[in-house]
Amino acid sequence: MTATDFKQPGFVRTMPMDALPPPMAMTGALGWVRANLFSGPFNILMTIFVILLIVWIVPPLLKFLILDATWSGTDREACLASDARPEAGACWAFVRERLPYFIYGSYPIPQRWRVDIFFAMLAIGITWLLWLGAPRRDLGALYFFVVLPIVSFILLKGWPLVGLVNVDTALWGGALVTIVVATVGIVVSLPVGIMLALGRRSRMPAVKLFSVIYIEFVRGVPLITVLFMASVMLPLFVPDAWSPDKLVRALVGIAMFASAYMAEVVRAGLQAIPKGQFEGAMAVGLNYRQMMRLIILPQALKITIPNIVNTYIGLFKDTTLVSIIGMFDLLRTIESARIDPKWATPVTSATGYAVAAIFYFVFCYGMSRYARYTEARLAKGDRR
Amino acid sequence: MTAVPASERPKVSLLYNPRVRTIAYQTLLCAIIAFLAWSAVNNAIENLRRARIASGFEFWRFTSGFDISQTLIDYSSTSTYGRAFWVGLINTLVVAAIGIVLATIVGFLAGIARLSKNWLLSRLAGGYVELIRNLPLLLQLLFWYNAVLKALPDMRESVMLPGGGFLNNRGLFLPQPMFQPGFEWVLAVFVVGLIGAIAFRIWARRRQERTGEQAPVGWVALGLIVGLPLIVYFLAGGPIALAYPQKGRFNINGGMELLPEFVALLFGLVIYTGAFIAEVVRAGILAVSHGQTEAAYSLGLRPGPTLRLVVIPQAMRVIVPPLTSQYLNLTKNSSLAVFVGYPDLVQVFAGTVLNQTGQAVEVIAVTMAVYLTISLVTSLAMNWYNSRMALVER
Repeated sequence: MTATDFKQPGFVRTMPMDALPPPMAMTGALGWVRANLFSGPFNILMTIFVILLIVWIVPPLLKFLILDATWSGTDREACLASDARPEAGACWAFVRERLPYFIYGSYPIPQRWRVDIFFAMLAIGITWLLWLGAPRRDLGALYFFVVLPIVSFILLKGWPLVGLVNVDTALWGGALVTIVVATVGIVVSLPVGIMLALGRRSRMPAVKLFSVIYIEFVRGVPLITVLFMASVMLPLFVPDAWSPDKLVRALVGIAMFASAYMAEVVRAGLQAIPKGQFEGAMAVGLNYRQMMRLIILPQALKITIPNIVNTYIGLFKDTTLVSIIGMFDLLRTIESARIDPKWATPVTSATGYAVAAIFYFVFCYGMSRYARYTEARLAKGDRR
Repeated sequence: MTAVPASERPKVSLLYNPRVRTIAYQTLLCAIIAFLAWSAVNNAIENLRRARIASGFEFWRFTSGFDISQTLIDYSSTSTYGRAFWVGLINTLVVAAIGIVLATIVGFLAGIARLSKNWLLSRLAGGYVELIRNLPLLLQLLFWYNAVLKALPDMRESVMLPGGGFLNNRGLFLPQPMFQPGFEWVLAVFVVGLIGAIAFRIWARRRQERTGEQAPVGWVALGLIVGLPLIVYFLAGGPIALAYPQKGRFNINGGMELLPEFVALLFGLVIYTGAFIAEVVRAGILAVSHGQTEAAYSLGLRPGPTLRLVVIPQAMRVIVPPLTSQYLNLTKNSSLAVFVGYPDLVQVFAGTVLNQTGQAVEVIAVTMAVYLTISLVTSLAMNWYNSRMALVER
C-alpha cells in the first residue's frame, strides 16, 4: 500500500466535541432523590415507610401544639373540647398562668428579683467561660467558681444584715431548683472528680483503694438510692443539731453521684496521655503537683472536654430525680400544677410535659452542640 | 565524677523524704476516714436510739401487711417483708430483662438506620436519637404513663389490637400462650437441635482448619434449631393454644394482663436506652476503617461475607463494652419505676418497707447491695469477654 492509495477523508474534526450533558436522572435534584431515596427496592420501601410515619406524626403534632391550641383563658373551661371546638389542643393558657410557678416555685413574689439577678449572673458567668473571644477568661473562671457561688448563696438564701430577707429553701422551686442543683453539681463534680481520678491512679495504696471503692460503689447503684441515702441516712450520721435541709441533702447526693462519673471521664483522659509526657515533666525536675498542673491536666482535660460536657448533660437530666426526696424542681412543679383541679383537663398533662420537654431539650441540645463544636475545634490541631 | 560517700551526702530533712511523706499522707487519710466513719456510726446509734428505731434484720420475718400489684411468686399481705423483697427484686429483673432485649433490637435498628444511604431514613433515626437523648428519662416515663396510657379510653372502649389484644387505661391485654401436653417434646427437640448445631459448628471449624473445606454452618444450624422443633411441633398437633382475652362489660378476662405501670416503664426504658444503643452501634460500625472493607473486596469477598466475616466481628469488639454499660444503665434506670408506681425493688423495698419499718440503714444497704452485685457480676463477665476478644498484639 502506498501513500497515494490512501483516500483523504473529506472532513477531519480538529476540535473536540462538546461533552454531552449528564443524563437528567443522575444530576440535580432528581439525581439526588434517585441516589438517596430510591436507589433500590428496599430503599423505596423504606422511603415510603418513613414518609407515612412522618405524615402520621407531624401534622397531628402541629395541630395539637398550634392550630387547635388554646392561647388564653382563665381556667380549665377554656381548654375543654366543646361543640364549637370538637378538638381541644394544647392548653397554653395554663402555661401562661403557671409560668411564674414553673420558674420560681413558691419563692416569695416580692423577692423574685433576687432570682432574676441570679439567673443573669449565671448567664454572664457561662458566657464568659464558653465564649472563646471573651477578655480575661482567667477572671471569668474565678468569677464562676468562687464569686458566683458565694454571691448567689447570699442572694438566694438571704442575709438580713445587708437587708435581704431569709427565704427558706423549702420555698424554692421550679427552674430555679433545677438550675441551682445542676450548677452546684457541675461546679463541685469537676474538681472532686479530678481529685478522685488522680487518687485512682496514685501509687499510694490507701489513696487508690479509697478512690476505687468510692467510684465503683457510686457508679454501681442507681441515683435514686444515692438520693435516698443522702435523704434518710445523712441526717442519721450527723449530730441532731446539724441536720441538713432538704436542698442540701439533694445537692450532696447529686454532687456525690456526678463526681464518681466525672472521675472516670477524667481518668480516661489521663490514660490517653503518653507516658513520655510524665517522664519528660519529671526529667525537667517538676514535682508531682507542678507536673499535674502544668503538663498533664491541661492536656488530659483538653481531650476530655466533650466527655465532660456529656457528663454534664447526664447530670442536668438527672436533676429531675431530686423530686423523689421532696424537692420541687421544674418537672415536679409541672406535675403538681397539672393535677390542680383548676386546670385539670385531658390536655393539661401533655401541655405541661411539652413545656418541660422544650426546657430540657434546649439546655441539653445546647450543651451537646457545644461539645461537638469543641471536639471539632480541638481536632483541628491534630489534622494533617 | 566520683561517688559521694553516704556520710558526706547533704542531710535531707525527713520532711522531704518521699517515702516518709507517702506514709504520712496515707496515715492522715486513713485517720480522717476512720474518724468520719466512727462519728457517723456514733451519731447514727445515738439518733436511732432517740427515734426508737430498731436495728438489725429482724424485720425480715415480720408480716408486711401491704399488697403488691404485680407478683410473679406467691405473695399476699400476710407474707413477710423478706418475701416482699424477693417480689420486688424479681419485678426489677423482669422489666430489666425484657427491656434489654427490646432496647437492643430498637438500638441496632436505629443505629443501622442512621448509617443508611437513604437520606430520609438516616435523618429520621438521627432525629430520634437527638430528641430522646436530650430529654430526661423521668419526663419520658411520666409522659408515657400520664399523657399516653392514662389518656387511653377506658375498659368499655378498649382499643383492639391486631392479633386479639386490647389496650386501655387499665393496661395491655395480650393473648397468653398455653402449653398443652406434647409441648415438652418440642422443647426437648429444640435443646437437642441447639446442642447439635454447636457440635456441628465445632466439627466444621476443625475440618476447615485441617482441610480448608467449608461447611454450610448457618443453614444446618437453622435447620437443627428452628426446622426440627417446627416439624415436631406440627407432628405433635400444635401443642400451643392461645388464650385470648375476652372482653366483658366491665372487665377483660383471660389472657395476659400487663399493668399500665409496667407498659409505661418498659416503653420508656426501651425507647430511652435504644437511642443510646443506636449511638454505640453507629460508633462501632464507623470504627471499622474503610480499608478493611476494601481489603476484603480486593481479596474477592462478596459484600455479604465482607460484612459477616470482616466488619461485624471488628465492630462488635468496639460495641460490646459500651453496650454492656448501657444494659447496666437500663437496669439501674428501672429504679425510676417508683415514679410511675411499678412495684420494683426500690418502690417495694426502699419505698414501702422503709416507710413501714423505718430501718433506713438496713433497707438502703440491702437495696444498694443488690444493684452493686448486679453491676459487679456484669463487669466481671465483661472483663472476661474483653480479655478473650482483645487484639492479640506482639
